[in-house]
Amino acid sequence: MNYMPGTASLIEEIDKKQLVMLRDGRILIGYLRSVDQFANLVLHKTVERVHVGSMYGDIPRGIFVIRGENVVLLGEVDIEHEERKDLEKVSIEKILEAKSKLQEEKQEKEKTKFKAMKERGLMPTVEQSDDMY
Amino acid sequence: MLFYSFFKSLVGKDVVVELKNDLSICGTLHSVDQYLNIKLTDISVTDPEKYPHMLSVKNCFVRGSVVRYVQLPADEVDTGLLQDAARKEAVQSKQ
Repeated sequence: MNYMPGTASLIEEIDKKQLVMLRDGRILIGYLRSVDQFANLVLHKTVERVHVGSMYGDIPRGIFVIRGENVVLLGEVDIEHEERKDLEKVSIEKILEAKSKLQEEKQEKEKTKFKAMKERGLMPTVEQSDDMY
Repeated sequence: MLFYSFFKSLVGKDVVVELKNDLSICGTLHSVDQYLNIKLTDISVTDPEKYPHMLSVKNCFVRGSVVRYVQLPADEVDTGLLQDAARKEAVQSKQ
C-alpha cells in the first residue's frame, strides 16, 4: 500500500533493519520505527558499527532519535547478506583501541604536516568541523 | 517542481548519485520526492570500497540535502525539452 504514490517514502522502510549513515561519519544499524517529513528517525535496538581496516565492532546503543538534517543515507540491511567473510567482527574494546590508534596516527601525520608547512613559512588551516563534509 | 518532474521521468534508469561526503552510489532510480530525496535499488558503491559497510545494503534512501551530483546517461535526457520546461518555469516565476 503506497501512502503517497511516486514519492521516495520512508514509510515502507518501517520495522525493517536499516543502516543509517550520519553526517559525522557514524554508522548506526537498527530497526526503523518512526519517520517524518524531515527524515527525523527513531531507531530501535540500535548498534553503532565502528570500522577499522578489515575489522568492525558493534556498540549497543538502545533507542536513537535522529534529527533528519544529520542523515546522509538509509539502507535496508539484507539479513541474508549481513554475514560477510571479508570482514572480521571483534570485541568492542578491541575496535575502540584500533580506532584510537588510527586517530593517533592521523594526528601525528597532521602534526608533521603542520610543522613542515610552518618551516616553509605557510600558515596551515585547521579544519574544525563535525561533518564529514 | 521542475526537477522533481524531471527525476520522475527518469525513474527506472540507472544513475550515479555523488554525495557531499564524496561517496558515489550507482543504482536504479526507484523514486524521488519533492525534496529530491532519492531512493535507489540494486546499489553498488562505484569508487574503491573505502565504505565497507555498504556491501550488505541493496536498496537505499538518500536525503536530498546531501546530494552533490546525480550523474545521468546522456541518451536518457532530452536537453531540448528540459530547456523549454526551464524557460516556462522562469516565465511563470516572474509573474
